[in-house]
Amino acid sequence: MSAALDLFTVVAVAAGAFFFLAGTVGLLRFPDVFTHLHALSKADNLGLGLVVLGLLPQANGLLAGLKLVAIWLLALLVGAVVSQLIARAARRAGPRA
Amino acid sequence: MAEFLFATSGFVLATVALGLVRILRGPADADRMMAAQLLGSGGIAALLLLGAAAGVDSVIDLSLALVLLAAFATVAFVRFTAAPPSGAAGPDDAL
Repeated sequence: MSAALDLFTVVAVAAGAFFFLAGTVGLLRFPDVFTHLHALSKADNLGLGLVVLGLLPQANGLLAGLKLVAIWLLALLVGAVVSQLIARAARRAGPRA
Repeated sequence: MAEFLFATSGFVLATVALGLVRILRGPADADRMMAAQLLGSGGIAALLLLGAAAGVDSVIDLSLALVLLAAFATVAFVRFTAAPPSGAAGPDDAL
C-alpha cells in the first residue's frame, strides 16, 4: 500500500513538474501576450494542482491534507481572477504594448 | 522518496527561474508581470516539495500565506495600468 502511494506521488509530482516546464517554455517561446497567458495558466493550475495532488499521500494527518487542498483551490481562484485582469489590461493597452 | 522530492523541488525552481528571461525581454508589461506570477506559483510548488522532503509541516502554512499574497502584485499592476494615480503621471503625460 505504501509503495503504491509512493508511486502515485512520484507520478503526480513528475507530471506537475512537467507542466511547470511546459508553462515556462510556452512563456518563452509563444509569440504574444494572450498565448503567454495560456501557457501561464497551464503551469499555475495544472502544475501546482498535480504537485499538491502528489503530496497529499505524504501529508501528516487530515489537517495538513486539507491545507494542501486549500492552497490549490486558492491558486485556482487567484489564477482565474489574475488571468482576466491581465487579459483586460493587455487588450486596453492595444497591439503596441 | 525524499531525494526525489528534493530533486523535483530544485527542478521546478530552476525552470521558473529560467522563465524570468521573459522579464528581461518583455516586450509588454503584462508579459513581465506573467513571469513574476509564474515565479510565484512555481516558488510555492518548490516550497511545498521541499517541506514534504524535509518533513517540515509549517511550510504548508507558509505556502497558504504566499498563495494569498500572490494575487496582490498583479492586481496592483492592473490598477496602475488601467488608471495611473494622478501623482505618478500628470495630465500632460496622458495620451
